[in-house]
Amino acid sequence: MPPVQTEEGLELLRSMWRIRVFEERVGALARANEVHGLIHLSVGQEAVAVGVCGALRDDDAVYSNHRAHGHALAKGASPAKVLAELMGREGGLCRGLGGSMHLVDVEHGLLGATGVVGGNIPLALGSALAAKLGGSDAVAVVFFGDGAVQGGIFVESVNLATLWRLPVLLVCENNGFAEFTPRSAHTTVERVSDVVAPYGIARETVDGNDVVAVRDAFTRFLGAARAGEGPALLECLTHRLRGHYEGDPQRYREALAEEEWQRLDPILRLQRALAVEGGEFEAEAREEVEAAERLARASPFPPASLTAELAYA
Amino acid sequence: MSETTYLEATRRAIAAAMRADPRVLVLGEDVAEGGPWGATAGLAEEFGAERVRNTPISEAAIAGIAVGAAQSGLRPVVEIMFVDFVTLALDQLVNQAAKAHFMSGGQLTCPLVLRTQGGAGQRGGAQHSQSLEAWLTHVPGLKVAMPSSAADASGLLASAILDDNPVVVVENKTLYFRRERVPDAPSPVPLGRARVVRPGRDATVVALSRLVPEASAAAEELAAEGIEIEVVDPRTLVPLDLETIAASVARTHRLVVAHEAVEHGGVGAEIAAQVQHACFDDLDAPVERVGAPFTPVPFSPPLEDAYLPGRAEVAAAVRAALGLAA
Repeated sequence: MPPVQTEEGLELLRSMWRIRVFEERVGALARANEVHGLIHLSVGQEAVAVGVCGALRDDDAVYSNHRAHGHALAKGASPAKVLAELMGREGGLCRGLGGSMHLVDVEHGLLGATGVVGGNIPLALGSALAAKLGGSDAVAVVFFGDGAVQGGIFVESVNLATLWRLPVLLVCENNGFAEFTPRSAHTTVERVSDVVAPYGIARETVDGNDVVAVRDAFTRFLGAARAGEGPALLECLTHRLRGHYEGDPQRYREALAEEEWQRLDPILRLQRALAVEGGEFEAEAREEVEAAERLARASPFPPASLTAELAYA
Repeated sequence: MSETTYLEATRRAIAAAMRADPRVLVLGEDVAEGGPWGATAGLAEEFGAERVRNTPISEAAIAGIAVGAAQSGLRPVVEIMFVDFVTLALDQLVNQAAKAHFMSGGQLTCPLVLRTQGGAGQRGGAQHSQSLEAWLTHVPGLKVAMPSSAADASGLLASAILDDNPVVVVENKTLYFRRERVPDAPSPVPLGRARVVRPGRDATVVALSRLVPEASAAAEELAAEGIEIEVVDPRTLVPLDLETIAASVARTHRLVVAHEAVEHGGVGAEIAAQVQHACFDDLDAPVERVGAPFTPVPFSPPLEDAYLPGRAEVAAAVRAALGLAA
């Protein structure tokens, strides 16, 4: 792991702990049936959300996928509003009408999260086009997993992003599994960055459990996109510590040995690099998540009239 | 009044919207060349390639880019060359565009227009001739317009571009080149207001798209026999102007619903259900439906001609509603 300035390093660590603690609490709340629906946690993948979103501005558009909590928190969403949304409360980011897979926080530039794998990719191109035509140097970022790469919409979008030199950054979280199936069973192409090679798009594969490596590679692509040099694809090799969704029995894979996870865990790695203990950050995150939970629980369920009210603008 | 075509009225409505609002842009296959019929002819020359964007044959990406652009403040007008190809863009239309406002708790709006055209009659075969509007009307969050005249093609499109919701405008290829008289300064036609095309007392015919001129022709034929039918064009299927339709049925006591789409599961079924509920005591006969048989559209010219519902089928349905022998 490359050296990182202490202040900045500690901020990255704080952000990752916030997601880790939040996600673990959501897992517990899912088992207690207090958050609802299909819950996909990003435990183990925190470095990607933090390394990418930390470099962005509020006027940059971010599109997430079904595994959206970490992206939302890293982009600045209030943990209380995210949790209230997962609980289906009026005080949620989307007033309880979106749920875990559909977090939107326009104030912080999170313009969508989709439960249809790959369906979010062209939306980011559209936001990038709006920024470009509007003369802004804002960019659009879309997160997707390696499972999205085998869909046609991925290829259509890479082609158009490159053809139109759009300021869009495609961030692939390659955790090696598309739902229950290893990548090797779905494609002969090992690296997502190789899939896009013929288009001439800027591309790189990084260790996605190394938050500094993610941040550095992303920041280079971001600068180029802001300068009008067009899109890029960043493939982050990472590991999903939990199942595809909460309750997934994971019969399709062996759990990582504890010592192996100690070696890979993006949080422990950054702590080793910074030579700090994580205790105070974990405690701080716990306090924050407990406060968020109190606020979320205090929020009422939305009125039934909201359904009809928001069907049309 | 001046004379123009449905297609030219459409083209002028897009150009007027682009002049009025720099956020309006056009996306689609061959649009900078005017498209296969010319609906976007001259726009690239007037507004430039940035706002009139030719796309690859990537319907899903085109629709998805339009959704993202709309969420980020533009007002895209997408052309999908044939309604048959909307199948490729349905994830973007149904799962993204239609639900963006709702799922975001009202934070997002998605003001996009998807123009497409459907219908048979040009020997296009089963993949270039369908009428798929009923699918689209089944998705809350979308609005669906189906103009049957040049003035409505222009006026509905103008309103669709001004609307903050995703609107699908389903044009009809056989109506494109009919010459019609239109107002010199076309005005927007509100979405959700039906048009009484021809007043009558004996039966109401609610007709969509190409079946509107067919119903008008049937009205002429029936008038010669002393039967006066009222032809009503809903113009938009979502929202549906039930009030105008029900008021007509309350006067005529008989209803025929006519469209080119297959009868089974068609929009006519929804209109019939709503009318029987609103007008149960007014109806003197069962609602009659006119639609295509439940088969793909055949290619061979005599088979396609036999397949397509038109004036004769509307007239026969009116006679059935009146209890007259065919």
